[in-house]
Amino acid sequence: MKLPQFDYQAPASLSEAVALLMAGNGDARPLSGGQSILPIMAFRLAEPSLLVDLRNIPDLRGIEISAAGVRIGAMVRWRDILDNAQLKVVLPLLPEAIEHVAHYQVRNRGTIGGSLAHADPASEMPAVALALDAVIEVVGAKGKRDIAAGDLFTGSLSTSLSHDEIIVAVRFPAWPAARAYAFEEFARRRGDFALAGVAACYDVDAQGRAKNVRVSALSIADTPIRLKAAEAAMEGRVMDADAIKAASAAASAEVDPAGDIHASARYRKALVGTLLGRALTRAAARTAR
Amino acid sequence: MSVRFEVNGKSVSVDVSPRTTLADCLRHELHLTGTHVGCEHGVCGACTVIVNGDAVRSCLMLAVQANGAKVTTVEGLSPEEGLSPLQTAFKTHHALQCGFCTPGMLTTIHALLSEEPNADEDRIRDVISGNLCRCTGYITIVEAAMDARASYQQSRGDKE
Ligand SMILES: Cc1cc2nc3c(=O)[nH]c(=O)nc-3n(C[C@H](O)[C@H](O)[C@H](O)COP(=O)(O)OP(=O)(O)OC[C@H]3O[C@@H](n4cnc5c(N)ncnc54)[C@H](O)[C@@H]3O)c2cc1C
Ligand code: FES
Ligand code: FES
Repeated sequence: MKLPQFDYQAPASLSEAVALLMAGNGDARPLSGGQSILPIMAFRLAEPSLLVDLRNIPDLRGIEISAAGVRIGAMVRWRDILDNAQLKVVLPLLPEAIEHVAHYQVRNRGTIGGSLAHADPASEMPAVALALDAVIEVVGAKGKRDIAAGDLFTGSLSTSLSHDEIIVAVRFPAWPAARAYAFEEFARRRGDFALAGVAACYDVDAQGRAKNVRVSALSIADTPIRLKAAEAAMEGRVMDADAIKAASAAASAEVDPAGDIHASARYRKALVGTLLGRALTRAAARTAR
Repeated sequence: MSVRFEVNGKSVSVDVSPRTTLADCLRHELHLTGTHVGCEHGVCGACTVIVNGDAVRSCLMLAVQANGAKVTTVEGLSPEEGLSPLQTAFKTHHALQCGFCTPGMLTTIHALLSEEPNADEDRIRDVISGNLCRCTGYITIVEAAMDARASYQQSRGDKE
C-alpha cells in the first residue's frame, strides 16, 4: 500500500532532532534507513505524524576502533560494516552475522541503530549485541545514557527507549585474542528473516577450556535471549565433540519457542540445538588452527 | 516539499508530499516508468534504482530523502542508441519473459558489476536473491550477468 500521510523533518543536529521527537509526544519517530519503518507504515502497523530523518546529523556516523573496543555510529549501514576489513579482525562475529541480514539493496540503506531500535526478535543485530555485551549510547531530552544490550529489548518490536531518545552509537568491548566464535542461522532463502539463529563466543584459557561463554538466540522468543543452560554446559570445558553435544542438547531443552506459519514450535526447538552444534563445531575448529 | 536531485545525469526539481516514495516520484512526477513497482514494501526488488552508486529499493526511500542525490534508473543505463552490453546480454540469453522484474535486475546487476566486475556466480546469485522473477527461473539472468562481466572489466581497465 501507499504510505499514510506524515510530516518530514531532517534536522542538522541531535539536539534539534530530540526537540522534534519531544514535541511529537510519541507521535514522531526517527527515520534512519527506512527499511523497517517504511514497510511497517505501508502495512499501517505504524502511522507516525512526523518522521525525523537522522541523515543530516554528523555525530551518528563512523566506525571507531581502539584498544578499548569498537564504537559504531547508529547511522552506519550494514554495507559499511561488511566493507570494513578491520572489523573482520577486531570484531569478527559481527560481520559474520551481518552477512545474513536482508538482501543487497536493503543492506545499502539499513542501519545498525535502526535495527536495534526496531527490535525485531528475528533480526541478527540484537542477538549479536547481547552475545557481545554491547552498550547502546542514547541521547534524549534528559541527556545521555548508556543502556546495556540486555536491558534494551523489552518485547517484540519494543525497547526501553523513551519516545524522545535517539540511539547515537553502539560500543563493543575489546575482543580478546584467544576467542572462539561463530554465528549460524537457518532461513528458507538467504537474506530472509531466520527461522532461528544463534551467536556464540567464548575465550579459551591456557588449558584449552571455554571461559566467559556467551550464547544468544534469535527468532526463538519475543526478544533475543541468552541461552544460559547451554552457556553453563560449556563453561570451563574443553569444547570437544561431547561438550558440543551437551551444549546443543541443553539449548534445545531450555527454549520454549512459539510456532507460526513458518515453523512449528517443535521444529524451532530442535533447530536451535542443531544450529548451536554447528556453530560450536566451527568455533572449535577456528581455535584449533 | 521541494526536492532537487539528479536523474540520469539531468538535474530535476519536483514538489512532492513527504509520503511520496522515490519510486512514485520517478514514475508519476518525472514520467520515468521504467522503474516498476511490485510489492511496495521492499520484498520484490522490481523498484531498484541506483542512488549515489548504490542499488536501493525506491519504494523504501522517500523522494524527499533523495534531495541532492544522483539517481540512475533503468532508462539511464542505455546509451543514446541501442542497448548497453548488460541489456544486450539479457536479450541474448533470454533473461526476461514478461519483463516486470527486468528493470530491477538490470539496475542491481549494473551496480554490482560496476563495483565488482569480477563477481563470481555465487556472488551474483546472492545479490539478485533480493529480486523476485516469476518467469525465467533465474538461470538465464545469471548467465546474462556472467556474460556481461567482460564489458565491465574492460571499462574498468579503460579508466585505470
Ligand atoms: C525485504 C527485507 C528483508 C529484511 N531482512 C532482514 C533480516 O534478515 N535481518 C534483519 O535484521 N533485518 C532485516 N530487514 C530489516 C533491515 O535490516 C532494516 O534495515 C533494519 O531492521 C532497520 O534499520 P533502518 O535503518 O532501516 O531503520 P528504520 O526503518 O529507519 O527505523 C526502524 C525503527 O527504529 C527507529 N529508529 C531508527 N533509527 C533510530 C535511532 N538512531 N534511534 C532511535 N530509534 C531509531 C525508527 O523510528 C523505527 O521505529 C529486512 C528488511 C527488508 C525490507
Ligand atoms: S516495489 Fe519495491 S521492493 Fe517491491
Ligand atoms: S521476466 Fe517476468 S518476472 Fe521476471
